[in-house]
Amino acid sequence: MGFPDRIERTVEVTHPPAKVWAALTTADGLAAWFGNEATIDLRPGGSARMRWSEGHVAEMRVERVEEPTVFAFTWHIYGLPEDDPRRTYVEFTLEPAGTGTRLTVVESGFAQLPEDVYRKAYDGNTQGWASELGELVAYLDAA
Amino acid sequence: MPPDNEAIAEQVFVALADPSRRAILAALAAEGPATATDLAGRLPITRQAIAKHLALLAEAGLVTAQPGERRRVRYRLRSAPMQVAQQFLAALARDWDGPLDALRDHLDKSARGPAPTDATKA
Repeated sequence: MGFPDRIERTVEVTHPPAKVWAALTTADGLAAWFGNEATIDLRPGGSARMRWSEGHVAEMRVERVEEPTVFAFTWHIYGLPEDDPRRTYVEFTLEPAGTGTRLTVVESGFAQLPEDVYRKAYDGNTQGWASELGELVAYLDAA
Repeated sequence: MPPDNEAIAEQVFVALADPSRRAILAALAAEGPATATDLAGRLPITRQAIAKHLALLAEAGLVTAQPGERRRVRYRLRSAPMQVAQQFLAALARDWDGPLDALRDHLDKSARGPAPTDATKA
């Protein structure tokens, strides 16, 4: 185990998944515990943004929205230049646990390679996946 | 897991662990490409020691030698390995424990009743 690629945490909270889901996926929820201000367009491919009072801003791209069990986004790797295409993938999984929720957060992609070939494969894959989910959502919306 | 990243990050951290090499890399980052002689004029390190460190750093891929006559070879910092080391540090610097504690507090607080708004306070 050397270069850390993946961070995983699981916490149990005494609140039902619907409540945890709202805290993770709404602007009011995110601003209450994560950033100091937040905006979110909750659909795959949608943008979300958090701002902290000390001035740091995080731009996220929403990747998975499967209420009330999976919410995922990608964001920039902190410290890399703004134009670097590498992003880590953050996925929250909510499972009912009694009357509460078992919440797991996994952030992965810290160890991804900088080479162009790898970068293209990675971006192609995540974009394809996001747009497929986007098409599904559009189809369901129209139906 | 990509094996190359591990080796690249290790070379960066090994280089940075030595105060002379750290000073040389910092000088190249702050003031741009320089010769061993330029660096000897700025740092409290002999030209011979600087030349030896630069050769090691070039071999590790952390600096590149720009073509020039002997003694006029300019060295520049390579940002790519530094970015790989930065990815390693980004994983160490990512704090999920603090935000998850804050999430739990937020959920507990909002369970005790709706947050007071101007309307309910009035």
